[in-house]
Amino acid sequence: MTDARTEILRRIRAAAVPPAAAPPRHYLRHAPGLAEDDRPAVLALFAERLAEYGATVLPAEDPATAVAEALGDARTAVVPAGLPAEWTARWDGEARSDRPPLTHARLDATDAVLTTCAAAVADSGTLILDGGPGQGRRAATLLPDLHVCVVRAAQVHSALPGALAGLDPRRPLTFVSGPSATADIEMIRVKGVHGPRRLAVVLLP
Amino acid sequence: MTRSFLGWPAFPAAAEREVGNRQLRENVRRATHTIRGKRAVLAAERPDWDALRDSAAAIKDQVLADLETQLLRAEEKVTAAGGTVHWARDAAEANRIVTELVRATGETEIVKVKSMLTEEIGLDAALEAAGINARETDLAATIVQLGDDLPSHVVVPALHRNRSEIRDIFVREMGRHGRPAPDGLTDDPAELAEAARLHLREKFLGAKVAVSGANFLVAETGTLVVVESEGNGRMCLTLADTLISVVGIEKTVPSWQDLEVFLQLLARNATGERMAPYTSTWTGTTDGDGPRTFHLVLVDNGRTRALADPTGRQALRCIRCGACMNTCPVYERTGGHAYGSVYPGPIGAILNPLLKGLDDPQTASLPYASTLCGACNEVCPVRIRFTDVLLDLRAQVADGGQHPVERAALGAVGGVMAHQAAWKAAVKTATTAGPLLPRRIKLPGALGGWTDSRTLPAIPKESFRGWWKRTQGDTK
Ligand code: SF4
Repeated sequence: MTDARTEILRRIRAAAVPPAAAPPRHYLRHAPGLAEDDRPAVLALFAERLAEYGATVLPAEDPATAVAEALGDARTAVVPAGLPAEWTARWDGEARSDRPPLTHARLDATDAVLTTCAAAVADSGTLILDGGPGQGRRAATLLPDLHVCVVRAAQVHSALPGALAGLDPRRPLTFVSGPSATADIEMIRVKGVHGPRRLAVVLLP
Repeated sequence: MTRSFLGWPAFPAAAEREVGNRQLRENVRRATHTIRGKRAVLAAERPDWDALRDSAAAIKDQVLADLETQLLRAEEKVTAAGGTVHWARDAAEANRIVTELVRATGETEIVKVKSMLTEEIGLDAALEAAGINARETDLAATIVQLGDDLPSHVVVPALHRNRSEIRDIFVREMGRHGRPAPDGLTDDPAELAEAARLHLREKFLGAKVAVSGANFLVAETGTLVVVESEGNGRMCLTLADTLISVVGIEKTVPSWQDLEVFLQLLARNATGERMAPYTSTWTGTTDGDGPRTFHLVLVDNGRTRALADPTGRQALRCIRCGACMNTCPVYERTGGHAYGSVYPGPIGAILNPLLKGLDDPQTASLPYASTLCGACNEVCPVRIRFTDVLLDLRAQVADGGQHPVERAALGAVGGVMAHQAAWKAAVKTATTAGPLLPRRIKLPGALGGWTDSRTLPAIPKESFRGWWKRTQGDTK
């Protein structure tokens, strides 16, 4: 008896599919309706999309004040390695390091997580995490109920194609477009199921 | 007990039963109309919508034309990144592989991310037979599982249930499988979602093994992609020690860049969002982040059979957005269960026969579960030409299999069916001008047969299309 792999590959060859043409790529590489290089418009769109999702958007010159505001009444927050220490200077809660790794139960019992991001997308209001400095591992951005993400303006791409091109697919990536949600009951949108129910974005120049 | 579609009646009989259920029709109508409205707005927002669809269709065709190379590349990349790749010819083999992998961990309760493929192969039942309890974690999949029900939609499997039915299921069943529903639970959707959050949280935190599907497998990098809304996917993909992803061989896309096409189409078309709340990607395993062991099970289960069908192979482009069923006038009235498969609606009407063959009356009835109105052609993000495939499959039913009467009848029709306009004209002629076709031909009345037995005594006075136009499917 041949093994499954050999057999499946044989069936594929036997299907004799004729060669296909190279795919056309005539779609937009930036957000529809915006000029490609209009940075203020890109940032305004990003903030607008996040607000539509019900996320809090805090444009800030000074990260420490905005972070303290975004963390609000959270008493505890995971602060991943690589996040600038001065960002939490004005917040008086308990910052928890994830080194050594916190248990899942401990993460679950932490109010918030504060991170940076790898990139962002204006058109869909998306934050992209790749586990790089200041972002932590995936469990840490998942179990706490409030996620505060600090984004620099230069990280915001107009649309998805620009952001994808700069990412490293070998890293585990999480694309976050608004807080966790479901519409599984009569197509009525309910915010907050398993992921963080609240999302706040601090937008630095 | 896990219910399954095994032994399901052919479409006309199943449809007749479902159409008689007023509650179900009302639930399905409301849900499909809501998604349709949202989708239309977000598709219209893209001036390049058709360009995205052109690219998506062409990328999928490129994969299908080069599937061996693409799969071998994916296998090499996943392996290099620390994953283990398994191949399964059919459902039984896939179930055996997953069962053995779970057994090797010693775990008896595992968590699952919603996956149509694992529904297709009946994985939950196979695991149950081996003493392994697989808990669904997507809200709709949880509703289906707790209610010992069957999925009726590829995106929203519990679309046929309304809030009060869901409340009753939660109150009755949650306690039997873990944390009970909160006291005084009402049918408010937010309260129901919160009940699911609480019920499942303890399962996520304790889970050692997770099973997922994938929306895409990027051959160039060996990267898997899961698109979801609730965060249950992230929980499973991140918190378990062992992750087993069961993926159909047609889910492959060649390059990382291709995701820019599919991720911009999928959520817009599926739920009317620009992006779904969460998209997770992973390549093998990563030290200190997520599962330490990763298995990828590549499944054929009829896909190579579909691939060998020159007209039908385009059905393998499907990215399971659900838009074709949301827009289908037949689905709207029958709901998903009538199709007897986890793939209902227009895609089910073509994919099931292509995957399983036309030898059995149930699959052979599916190509007739359509008015050929072509609404699905217009919304499909990968430009599947449903009407072409439906007509081709009808011709195949006529040419072979176990339908000698229809074979004779259709032989007489010949090439007429190759063209929709000609087909309409032929049916109209047949019904108004009398039997140009042999008696007992079932074609024009195949769906009219909802109210009739499978074998019609004669061509109905009115064609199905005509009847549909007049009554919009109201049989009562
Ligand atoms: S066939 Fe097309 S419209 Fe239907 S679910 Fe698949 S991709 Fe979506």
